[in-house]
Amino acid sequence: MNRQRKFLAGGVVIAAALAYMIYAGVTQSAVYFVTPAELQAAPVAGKAYRLGGVVARGSLKWEARTLDLSFALSDGKATVPVRHKGTPPDLFGEGRGAVVEGSWSPEGYFKASLILAKHSEEYKAPHDGGQAGYKELIKTLKGEGR
Amino acid sequence: MIPEVGGGAAFAALALAVWGAVAAAVGGRTGRVALVESAQHAALAVFVLVTACFALLTYAFLAFDFSVRYVATNTNLGTPFYYRITGVWGALEGSIILWTWMLALFTLLVILRHRESARELYPWVLTVMLAVIGFFLLVMTVAAPPFERLTPAPADGRGLNPLLEDTGMITHPVALYLGFTGLTVPFAFALAALIAGRVGDAWITLTRRWTIVAWYFLSLGLLIGGWWSYHVLGWGGYWAWDPVENAAFMPWLTATAFLHSVMIQERRRMLKLWNLALVILTFGLTIFGTFLTRSGVIASVHAFTQGAIGILFLSFLAVVLLTALGLLAWRWDALRAQGELDSILSRESAFLLNNVLLIAAAFTVFFGTVFPLLSEAVRGVKVSVGAPFFNQVNVPLFLSLVFLMGVGPLIAWRRASPNNLRRNFLLPVVAGVLAAAAFFTLGVRSALAVLALALAVFVAATIAVDFTRATRARLRMGERALPAMGGLLLRHNRRYGGFVVHLGILVITVGVMGSHAWSVQTETTLRRGEAAELAGYRVRFDGLTATEESNHFKVAGAFTVTNGRALDTLRPAKKFYPQQDSPIAYVDYRLGLKEDVYLVLGDFARDGSQATVKVQVNRLVSWIWIGGLVLTLGSLLAILPERKRAA
Repeated sequence: MNRQRKFLAGGVVIAAALAYMIYAGVTQSAVYFVTPAELQAAPVAGKAYRLGGVVARGSLKWEARTLDLSFALSDGKATVPVRHKGTPPDLFGEGRGAVVEGSWSPEGYFKASLILAKHSEEYKAPHDGGQAGYKELIKTLKGEGR
Repeated sequence: MIPEVGGGAAFAALALAVWGAVAAAVGGRTGRVALVESAQHAALAVFVLVTACFALLTYAFLAFDFSVRYVATNTNLGTPFYYRITGVWGALEGSIILWTWMLALFTLLVILRHRESARELYPWVLTVMLAVIGFFLLVMTVAAPPFERLTPAPADGRGLNPLLEDTGMITHPVALYLGFTGLTVPFAFALAALIAGRVGDAWITLTRRWTIVAWYFLSLGLLIGGWWSYHVLGWGGYWAWDPVENAAFMPWLTATAFLHSVMIQERRRMLKLWNLALVILTFGLTIFGTFLTRSGVIASVHAFTQGAIGILFLSFLAVVLLTALGLLAWRWDALRAQGELDSILSRESAFLLNNVLLIAAAFTVFFGTVFPLLSEAVRGVKVSVGAPFFNQVNVPLFLSLVFLMGVGPLIAWRRASPNNLRRNFLLPVVAGVLAAAAFFTLGVRSALAVLALALAVFVAATIAVDFTRATRARLRMGERALPAMGGLLLRHNRRYGGFVVHLGILVITVGVMGSHAWSVQTETTLRRGEAAELAGYRVRFDGLTATEESNHFKVAGAFTVTNGRALDTLRPAKKFYPQQDSPIAYVDYRLGLKEDVYLVLGDFARDGSQATVKVQVNRLVSWIWIGGLVLTLGSLLAILPERKRAA
């Protein structure tokens, strides 16, 4: 076997190893993007999903002491109950878009391991309602604090 | 009035850039010096005009000219002075100006430096650089006009994205863009070499330092980005394999490959085609990265801009790649290698393997980044691969690269004799094995961690072996120890600069490995006076305070951190910006060489009676920044002009 062939063989081995690593990596860490309707149609327990929808109004429950967060994600056609352990992220709220990553639990809810609030590209113009809310918050804190 | 002047300047610059590119090309083809000189003048005028655009936009920011749409969307009356300046490049339009300006600056520097030294390539270099500038000016005038008016002009602007109100935001984009635009120089020389039919080594020798400069800025940009992510984004990490990060990482990988492969061409006249392809690929990846981040094709937390410029960038990318491929095909006969690989145990093959691994890493990053798009297009199902994919595939690649980092610089050219191997590697291998045993005895149980640490020690030992040997040789010549070492660094600054960069990478490797293997975290809700415990630390919640800053409200929690003795009071906060309907986290931390205590404030009761806090003890993260510093110093050493070697 001449040198060129040896190097070629080496290259093939490396390429094959890389292809295998990529294949294994993809199959192990693939996350399927689904909408609530798609998930509800055919949920597979244990499969990794990324579920996107709007947090349904009136569904958000946050228990600070136990860090239990529960809400429902909806796409207008279907609504999926979601549970998570941990603080809701800053951009998270009812009526807002959210994407959660996790798996379907056989007990009939989506177990989220990660919440990605949808980053809205547009900023809202300053509105008085919001400002008043913050001012009140500051007042309460100042009166209460030191 | 001023915005119209700015818009006009951009149009004039575009016309001049096109003229310059054509004039230089015709001048290069016919040898008419006057045309090349005219192109030079055009390049100078483009620089002046783009500088004017930049200055006028900055002025509009400082003067709160909200009749300009870009100003109104990226600043408001409350934005502090400092961020009104950095806000200029806080979004798409301004970053395109900054990018164009840097390109024009690099073109000017190329003119100053290479006007006389590279006569045959020079006109074509000018053509390519001006053509690239022309493309960006096209984007600036057609797709993302920074001076567009907004009628009626609002009384106040929307404000800068609060995440960008950070000192990292002045340096991160500037460094990154200097890296990206700097890579245009070797690309222009490569194309010029192909067009002029001078595919020898001249273009490589001429652009060697340009490439190191660009690589240095790109590395700096990536490191500052990591630091920004760590201390601003508040998720407790520094690298998320986010498409935007990947977009900057891919050209870094291929540029790194290029820096190494040019050494083989210089020494052995091999890999001509490969080097041209690499530099073209690297430039293509910078354009592709801009396409990814600016077109909004992949939704990402970082992609704070979206525009209809995707098609423009994609077309430009296609033109660049097709032109380059055409030129490569045209010069195919001249690109035959002269040298040949002699043995697998040689420096050439170590470098070649390094290149293959770096390209493989770049490919995996590329694959993972575009995978959601591919799967959506091919199968109609959007599937993404996250951080686990990137880590799983890249860790073996990067550890192999670390290993080669020890082998490559010391192994003999052509064919390593058993004697050469023993002389260079016996000691380092012993050191590595001993280190593995030592770390295992010290209680490191993760196989990956032991391997990474042992490899780091092995590579450090090879550098030590080389440096001691070279110093000894000088001592025998009668020099004293310190002058001998300094002389080595300065006289062989490229080699030793490279070694220092390698040391920096080793330190970063240890930091990354440590933070992945040993960091711990917990999240809990505390009433006032209650404390959480993690990894020997006690974190006690002492209440909330609220303050009103110039453009936001800030609610901060006070947390006393102790580990047997009082350490610090950390104040992680949430910042409420009126223009944003949700708060921004403001993390607080206590950095240390061994570990950082890192607090993120979560939800809190409005009366200040309780707060949710995420406590992280992040191990060895500081070493990433220290390694970055070492890497920076090494690159600076390598950039210094090379001394003529004394006999």
